[in-house]
Amino acid sequence: MARGDKGGPTITRRGLVLMGVQLALVGTLGWRMRHLQVEEAERYRLLAEENRINIRLLPPARGLIYDRAGNPIAVNRQNYRIVIVREGARDPEEVLRRLSRLIEISPDRRERVLRDIHARPAFVPVTVAEHLDWESFARVAANAPALPGVLTEVGLSRHYPADDIFAHIVGYVGPVSDYDLSRIEDPDPLLQIPDFQIGKNGVEKRAEAELRGAAGNSRIEVNASGRVIRELDRVEGRSGQDLQLTIDSGLQDYTLRRMEGESAATVVMDISTGEIVSMASAPSFDPNSFVFGISTGEWNALNQNEYRPLYNKAVSGLYPPGSTFKMVVALAALEDGVIGPGDTVFCGGSIEIGNRRAYCWRRGGHGWMDMRDSLKNSCDVYYYDVAQRVGIDKISAMANRLGIGVRHDLPLPAVRAGNMPDRDWKMRVHGESWLIGDTVNSGIGQGFMLASPLELCVMTARIASGNAVTPKLIRSVDGLPSAMDPGEPIGLNPNALDAVRGGMFAVSNDRRGTAYRARIAAPGMAMAGKTGTSQVRRITEAERRTGVFRNEDLPWNRRDHALFVAFAPFDAPRYAIATIVEHGGGGSTAAAPIAQDVLIRALYGPEPPIEAWPSALHQTIRERRRLGQDSASVQRSRA
Amino acid sequence: MIYWEQMNARPTPTGPAKLLHVHWPLVILIFCVCGAGFLMLYSVAGGNMDTWARPQMMRFGLGVVVMLIVAMIHIDFWRRISVLTYIGGLALLVAVEFMGEVGMGAQRWIDIGPLRLQPSEVMKVALVMVIAQYYAWLPRDKVSNPFWVALPLLMTAIPVFLVLRQPDLGTAILMIAGAGVVMFLAGVSWWYFGTAIAVVSGTVWAVFESRGQSWQLLNDYQYRRIDIFLDPSMDPLGAGYHITQAKIALGAGGLSGRGFMQGTQSRLDFLPEKHTDFIFTSLAEQFGFLGGLTLLGLYTAIIMFCLLSAFSNRDRFGALMTGGLTATFFFFFAVNMAMVMGLLPVVGVPLPLVSYGGSAMLVLLGAFGLIQSAHIHRPRGADA
Repeated sequence: MARGDKGGPTITRRGLVLMGVQLALVGTLGWRMRHLQVEEAERYRLLAEENRINIRLLPPARGLIYDRAGNPIAVNRQNYRIVIVREGARDPEEVLRRLSRLIEISPDRRERVLRDIHARPAFVPVTVAEHLDWESFARVAANAPALPGVLTEVGLSRHYPADDIFAHIVGYVGPVSDYDLSRIEDPDPLLQIPDFQIGKNGVEKRAEAELRGAAGNSRIEVNASGRVIRELDRVEGRSGQDLQLTIDSGLQDYTLRRMEGESAATVVMDISTGEIVSMASAPSFDPNSFVFGISTGEWNALNQNEYRPLYNKAVSGLYPPGSTFKMVVALAALEDGVIGPGDTVFCGGSIEIGNRRAYCWRRGGHGWMDMRDSLKNSCDVYYYDVAQRVGIDKISAMANRLGIGVRHDLPLPAVRAGNMPDRDWKMRVHGESWLIGDTVNSGIGQGFMLASPLELCVMTARIASGNAVTPKLIRSVDGLPSAMDPGEPIGLNPNALDAVRGGMFAVSNDRRGTAYRARIAAPGMAMAGKTGTSQVRRITEAERRTGVFRNEDLPWNRRDHALFVAFAPFDAPRYAIATIVEHGGGGSTAAAPIAQDVLIRALYGPEPPIEAWPSALHQTIRERRRLGQDSASVQRSRA
Repeated sequence: MIYWEQMNARPTPTGPAKLLHVHWPLVILIFCVCGAGFLMLYSVAGGNMDTWARPQMMRFGLGVVVMLIVAMIHIDFWRRISVLTYIGGLALLVAVEFMGEVGMGAQRWIDIGPLRLQPSEVMKVALVMVIAQYYAWLPRDKVSNPFWVALPLLMTAIPVFLVLRQPDLGTAILMIAGAGVVMFLAGVSWWYFGTAIAVVSGTVWAVFESRGQSWQLLNDYQYRRIDIFLDPSMDPLGAGYHITQAKIALGAGGLSGRGFMQGTQSRLDFLPEKHTDFIFTSLAEQFGFLGGLTLLGLYTAIIMFCLLSAFSNRDRFGALMTGGLTATFFFFFAVNMAMVMGLLPVVGVPLPLVSYGGSAMLVLLGAFGLIQSAHIHRPRGADA
């Protein structure tokens, strides 16, 4: 074991050299430390003050909405805006004064910005102006050095290229309100972004989860005046999912235009899948005006309009179905076996019920009626009688089976279920027992009965197909097609269904049918329909004696609602339609022609041959075409 | 040197009496430095003990026990197993090549049950030990013989090569420094050191001089990397960002600092690796120039005590090992501080005893245990 020299410490001399070198290096470190921390302290202290890291949320691009053919319904547009940060501005009033020399800032806006800027934390940006044109935007950007705390940003905002055509379906987006925030549990941090837009109505609201996407964020380093020095890292968000609706833009546009001037609603459904190809509520409104906050005047005008443009009558409007309900009563009776298709009832113009008298719409009566004739003539007495035989409970049950009085699951916030009363319901709601007169009223779709146009359309589709068709509005989500099914067979006797369909065919195609004028004349395209005229007022005995007022003599809001339901082609049903014209008068004159035109448009596409219409109407159609009233406005507005 | 004469007059202690001969001032200094480390870890975690401070303290407790056990075992035992340690260390280094986990972008760890071992940490100590043992064994007249100089160079080159492959430049530098200092202390001729310095500077000169010439030695992209390495401000988003922020934090501390837990730079996450490589900036920001100088003073005192112990040790292995380990420790903190102060490029060396990290803490305390063992068991006058 060699131990080397033990005569004394072995490394002293070189050790001292090493020690000297190390002390010199320590001295260097100390000198450097002094340099940084004492001599240059002031400089670095300032730099330290300027160090600020901001985390910025990157709002995701909202999912787009398309129609069934892929035409855009809701898109995102670049939005140039200018925001101000109090922290950076130091004197916001002065900065705003300078800014107002570059872009227009109304005194109103100025007031609001100053209020917001002081109400919020110093580092929160407040929007001064948005939707600027590129020139103004560039002018502000160029003058940035003179405008501390002013930031120029490019964001996305929603745009609805088709203006009012889809307003009730798609709805609109708007800035998040405090009310929205209070209603959402576990709010998404995105909602805190100033001017972030969320769905406020329609599909935009109900499909918010799919459309919104997820926020990304970027960590940015900014200096004391809030200027971004560099981006440190960035996590990209996930953009929202694109939705494709089942709506056909062309048909939707046509439907809305066809109802112009009326307070009306129409729903068209593909019978084989339940896809809603058109759903319009007239009058409509421009959803674009909601995106940036609607002006008070515009809002009041929309709200006070007695035609209620903001209201989606197609799914939220509940109306007495009137005679369109007679198919339900007929099916309930046939299914129950209380009457056969060939059994007849005598209509003498009225029927005695207890100590009251119920009248047919035709004072002179219809004579002997079987089921087909009762539908064709829309004989009331027949249904007064049959309804009593079946009883209200079975009628209501049949209505539910056909899709009335059940809430259909569409991605719209305003879908309402109609009201199909029965004995229990009246006791529960009105605290009164069910009277025979109630049943009689229900037999012709009056009284407590209420249904929405959507429900009537579903009813028609179910009668036409014999399947439990369910309405659908979403065709695909992010390219992934939604399930489309014709629905399970509804389980009704085919003979009963055929009898009712035959009656509906007669309504449109029998010379004495109530909607004969509004038929489809082309062979193989014939439609089967049913008119309805529902009263909104009670006709007194006195009025009956002196003669019932004609609709034209009544104020608008006391007139009857006009309804029409139909499906076509009769032999191989493709589309079901329900139209209601509020206070439009008679179903055959006000509603059936609209349904006729829309159905023809649905069956033939944009340029239907004139032969589709009965020859009596050819002159009218030619006139309309000459005036360009038939052209689709979607193409026009997109051009 | 009367103090030493008296100590040397006594025989080498045995049994529990050894505890009295532990270099207690050194132990107290180590406690002080580690204590400063706990404070910093508590502070950079935003006043949270559990994030870093508590685990670090537990490892420190374990490390102190290891240090005392190592110190109690006779230095001869450590000398005898030094070759074994070196070979074991080499085997572990090779093992990380195959089963190492990727940590911090570099392969440095090896998992043995719950313990995360960093073989390069162990190797830093083992290399110093084996070279000290080599020179303790080598007759003095052969120390500067080219063949006998080549052997320790080879012993150094193998682990350095393995560590560079990981890649861990910081550790490689510390290894070369430790081994070089042992050779220097052992008396290897000045000529060798002079030649080594000349060759290194000549190469560097050639590399830079050749740039843009017909005989350019490296590719353009390699030059760009070197540029960024030397001047991080050329890469403001990468290395440059770290160093700028570190300097800002230091400068913001000023003479007396912003006060404990008041460091805005470290608190606001401007500092990278604030609990490891850049922890000194937090200290300097919170306690200022005076605080930084105090820590530097503590480190220097540790170095001085260890070197003095080495000078007075007539056991060649003990003296060389103490000198080598001390030099490693010195370069450890000096490189780290120079790095965060912008004097050296960022090479990734933590601040010893202060930065968060269990493996480094254990190995460092173990190394101090070796220094203590050499100190306790040094030959006294009676043995001579």
